[in-house]
Amino acid sequence: MAKKPLLEFTDRGIYCDKGKFYIDPWKPVDYAVITHAHADHAYWGHKHYLAHHLSKEVLLYRLGEIQLQTVEYGETVMKNGVEISLYPAGHVIGSAQIRVAYQGEVWVVSGDYKTEDDGISTPFEPVKCHHFISECTFGMPVYQWKPQVQIFDEVNNWWRNNVNNGLATVIVGYSLGKAQRILQNLDLSIGKVYTHGVIENTNEALRRNGVILNPTERITQDTPKDEVRKGIIIAPPSSVGTPWMRKFQPYSFGYCSGWMAIRGAKRRRAADRGFILSDHADWDGLISAIDATGCEKVYLTHGYTASFTRYLNEIGFDAHEVHTLYGDDEALETVPTEGPDGQKVSPLGGDLEGVEATS
Amino acid sequence: MKAFAQLFLSLDETNKTNEKVRVLKDYFNSVPDTDKMHMLALFTGRKPKRVINATQIRTWATEITNIPIWLFEESYHVVGDLAETMALLMPQNTSSTTNKTLTDWIGELNSLNDKTEEERKLWLIESWAMLDTQERFVFNKLLTGSFRVGVSQSLVIKALADITKLDAPTLTHRIMGNWMPETYTYEQLVQEQGASDDISRPYPFFLAYPIQETSEKQKSADDLKSALGDAGEWQAEWKWDGIRAQLIKRDGKIFIWSRGEDLATEKFPELHPFLNALPDGTVLDGEILSFQNGLPMPFNVLQTRIGRKNLSKKILEESPVALIAYDCLEYAGEDIRAKTQSERRVILEQLQTGTAFPEIFRISELIKFDNWDKLAGIREQSRAMVAEGIMLKRKSATYQVGRKRGDWWKWKIDPLSVDAVMIYAQKGHGRRADLYTDYTFAVWDGDKLVPFAKAYSGLTDAEINKVDYFIKRNTLEKFGPVRTVKPELVFEIGFEGINRSTRHKSGIALRFPRILRWRHDKPKEEADTLDNLKALLGD
Repeated sequence: MAKKPLLEFTDRGIYCDKGKFYIDPWKPVDYAVITHAHADHAYWGHKHYLAHHLSKEVLLYRLGEIQLQTVEYGETVMKNGVEISLYPAGHVIGSAQIRVAYQGEVWVVSGDYKTEDDGISTPFEPVKCHHFISECTFGMPVYQWKPQVQIFDEVNNWWRNNVNNGLATVIVGYSLGKAQRILQNLDLSIGKVYTHGVIENTNEALRRNGVILNPTERITQDTPKDEVRKGIIIAPPSSVGTPWMRKFQPYSFGYCSGWMAIRGAKRRRAADRGFILSDHADWDGLISAIDATGCEKVYLTHGYTASFTRYLNEIGFDAHEVHTLYGDDEALETVPTEGPDGQKVSPLGGDLEGVEATS
Repeated sequence: MKAFAQLFLSLDETNKTNEKVRVLKDYFNSVPDTDKMHMLALFTGRKPKRVINATQIRTWATEITNIPIWLFEESYHVVGDLAETMALLMPQNTSSTTNKTLTDWIGELNSLNDKTEEERKLWLIESWAMLDTQERFVFNKLLTGSFRVGVSQSLVIKALADITKLDAPTLTHRIMGNWMPETYTYEQLVQEQGASDDISRPYPFFLAYPIQETSEKQKSADDLKSALGDAGEWQAEWKWDGIRAQLIKRDGKIFIWSRGEDLATEKFPELHPFLNALPDGTVLDGEILSFQNGLPMPFNVLQTRIGRKNLSKKILEESPVALIAYDCLEYAGEDIRAKTQSERRVILEQLQTGTAFPEIFRISELIKFDNWDKLAGIREQSRAMVAEGIMLKRKSATYQVGRKRGDWWKWKIDPLSVDAVMIYAQKGHGRRADLYTDYTFAVWDGDKLVPFAKAYSGLTDAEINKVDYFIKRNTLEKFGPVRTVKPELVFEIGFEGINRSTRHKSGIALRFPRILRWRHDKPKEEADTLDNLKALLGD
């Protein structure tokens, strides 16, 4: 009789029957192991949550009162005889790969990850396994990132120019991860950093968690606009084109995302500047990460799964395409674009920032 | 080439019109005059000659990128631009080792004409190696000949007008027609020009503004009264559905230009006798249509002969064309665009009355009306007249440049429409790259869905995102770039006309199909049937 696989793909999420738990399930379950606190991975409604220490405050802030256990990277939790342990994924602060082991068989669920050290998330660590379940959001060879130091040189130069030209500077990135990565890499000799309420709420949650971030100032009704103009504003995608953003006119608006690698995608978002900065692995990063696990089989979830799977098979991996409901978080956080008539176009349903789009 | 690559980069880095104009001016001020003319040609849709064919370029680029051909093709579907795909896939290069100008590169490209395939390949691979990543992108654009850059011709003209101190309409006129950047110099462009210049050069077309922006906002007679004032100040004509054209007779030679600035003289031999009989120094504006028994025929009849290289005797017999003239721009060698609509009309009528070819040189009859209510009633007969609606022209209007609000309006009839189910989807290009934006729609034929139209436009960006999200999660099959989608979403599809077709599975062909709205309220079972569609054929 064929052995039942340790992890299987169900309509609720990735499931371990032996251990009776799910990883990043999208429907309510009894026991959920969470890779990271983005909304397409950490859903509301589970009875029990297991996540990394650094995800604690953000999860509580986003999901309210939940029953949550947190652990350190490398620490093992036993569940019905199955070992569960978390390893750094380098995606955002507190993000983890989930290692599941039983009687010598090891599976790893990558969650979202990137291989470059962003200086704020614990850097990605390859974990040896037999079966690797990997994302491939940017699994096409046209996506090749430059080192972030080059990107932040561009960002800081752009900010400096805007200050010299009397323009406000609005930089857009999603609120958990990209916002802090931007914050920690800005040249603070240029000016102060102001934040949209949504971003600042996440910053505060992280600070409660003991994360040390550069100083920021939350924008309120009383914040003097002339002062803001000399600084930089970090705003979430949901604020693009809103009256909130328009009151800083004239401004230059920069968008940070891996999708900015393609001119068409950048033009669609109508950003003045597109900075190619992603919290996901690029093409080479994905292949090297998969290779480093030494896995026998690799399963590809969200992203360009079909092409990437085909390519991996051609170069000698045993790769399989899997359907999940994990959105491409960056894609899901669809930037509301502004029509030519100035009419605001709302973000689509399931938008990660949708839950916090007000304020 | 550095300056040209930087121009692209800078244009990409701003969304503001003023900033774009500044960037264009910086470019003009920093490059040699020959580069200015090449850039002007490229930015106004004058494609460089394709010396190396696209398949060869792809093949050689794929060899450099070290990925399988199928992955190159898939990458192209993601990026939506061949030049950009190649630049992204090649190993990144941050330092360029060449100072060749745009003119130099285009010169080299043209000189490949009499080279062997091996020599072309060698030249291409060496060129790619010299250029940095951004230069490669614009270089690839030169190779592939697609130059949509997100900058309108009017912005380029605005920048050039600032630099040359010439007014925009003059410059727009001077860059009309067939000119070559190799022979038309910047000096010629900016200096005082006389009648002895290029005799084929057309005038910029004056384009009407739609009086109703969308089909949902139908204008009533009262709306027209309040917007346009006294009906007596306006002349009305049918809006003909043919090919807009400008016809020139100068120095014993004739030229027929389409609106897309294609020289189409040879495509319409039926018009030559009457044109040759016109006095020298005459330019007419009008619509070319197929006629039968003195009546205009639907556009699809004309469509069968556009694009044909050789006009067979059969085609000429089946869809003979004639001109419906509605304006005169030059008379007795004099540019009369500054005269009023009524004055130009008198001249046009004189010319037409004198023709020996009244069946071919027709005139757009004026519609008699003394109030807007009456005109609104007449407009209802548009379909019977094989017209798209009504044109309104202010009697005191001069003939202007481009699409302007104010003096020329088009008042089109409501489109026909059906509710249809989306069944296939394909990714778009340009700013719609990597998004499913091109859809195929079907109606019911019994219990089967039969595709009958493709449509690309009509949804807002937010709706496109939602449809894209649906498609990515409800794909049944993939055929290359095309996905078969679970039939579920219903859309109202509007179109201007419908005709029988043997080329389509459904047996019908639509004119200008587009999405009017997303019918969230309709389940797929309630979409229209093929019989509903055929009932609109009206035969």
